[in-house]
Amino acid sequence: MTNAIEIQSVSRAYGGSKALDGVSLSVPEGSILGLLGRNGAGKTTFMSLVAGQDRPSSGYVEVFGERPYEHESVLSQVIFVRDNQRYPDRYDLKDVLRIAPVYAPNWSTEVAAELIDGLRIPDRTPIKKFSRGQLSAVAIVLGLASRAPVTLLDEPYLGLDVTARRFFHDVLLRDYTAHPRTIVLSTHLVEESEALFDRVVILDHGRVRLDVASEEIPEQAFVLSGPSEAVDRLASNRVVLASHTVPGLTSATILGAPDTGLRSEAGRRGAQVSSVSLQELVAAFGADVVEPALLEGARA
Amino acid sequence: MFSGETPVFQQLAAQIADDIVAGVYPEETAVPSATDFAAFHRMNPATASKGVNLLVELGALYKQRGVGMFVATGARELLKKVRRDEFRAHFLRPLLDEARVLGITRDDLHQLIDEEERDKP
Repeated sequence: MTNAIEIQSVSRAYGGSKALDGVSLSVPEGSILGLLGRNGAGKTTFMSLVAGQDRPSSGYVEVFGERPYEHESVLSQVIFVRDNQRYPDRYDLKDVLRIAPVYAPNWSTEVAAELIDGLRIPDRTPIKKFSRGQLSAVAIVLGLASRAPVTLLDEPYLGLDVTARRFFHDVLLRDYTAHPRTIVLSTHLVEESEALFDRVVILDHGRVRLDVASEEIPEQAFVLSGPSEAVDRLASNRVVLASHTVPGLTSATILGAPDTGLRSEAGRRGAQVSSVSLQELVAAFGADVVEPALLEGARA
Repeated sequence: MFSGETPVFQQLAAQIADDIVAGVYPEETAVPSATDFAAFHRMNPATASKGVNLLVELGALYKQRGVGMFVATGARELLKKVRRDEFRAHFLRPLLDEARVLGITRDDLHQLIDEEERDKP
């Protein structure tokens, strides 16, 4: 399978801080990638670079084998609507619908109309008066109706009600099936969107912490919980991603899959081994506070 | 609908298999396409295809080019056999482990099973 997006050793520094730090990853053509991680993890920076709205400080970004920055033929194949997209002050929906197709050669008037109707976007209100949810709805119209070969959806759900989110999923899947394209979707609503993804990338502090196919998620980590002493002992010489302790009781999210030896030892010591959901995994990779004792153990 | 315990495509396959065993999809009738399953469960079409193909590989479903996906003759028996093989691990082992924790003896257990079956509404 060829890659629609390929980024190699990319860093992007703003002043002293690195929004992306040595990131390499590729997105296969025709797949849906879930881009997950905390605020400030580097998700929007990644999308800006792919969309050619920004240049890496080092490393390279390729979309269909070409650098997107100031490259017209690549840019016409990418749609990126920022979660805080700004519109000219006087614009209403009609203005957006008039301008958008100019930049989107595959623009679908039908998809746009269906989304505007289903998401109940007002057509006479100036966009600057739109609520958060209505702004998200406009971004979804632009993102999906463009039918761009590379579609970057940055937090498309902000402020959207549950009916609108389901409707968005339905239209996304239907139109993606009929007109396959490469989609990168960043979100904090992990549980709700995880079934959409072929692959999942978790970023934290500008680095790739996880990059796996969806079906490989259950084997990435597990939770060990029970009496602190037992958990500490079982967790020693393993990588603890996050832990949570109350006096006497500890729960630790541990990298890797539990082997039968660990399972039986956990059973003997009164600790439980349970699986980790993608949402818990995202939370664990974003955790800063790790019990010192467990971290020592992991490093030993 | 689907939990994080096992990959989603396996859960979809298990659900279709359950429906075949329950007779929701009789043998030699069509099942919804992977695309339909994907749209219905709001999941990635590739994931749905993977789930359906698991049952094709097992011989429970077969593809008829241009027409769709059908339940194979003998699929019910085949899937029941798979489930019988899993019965010990999934039901019997946890039952015996829990009984041991609670101090329920083997004889108690036999008696409980008989009573449960007799009192079944």
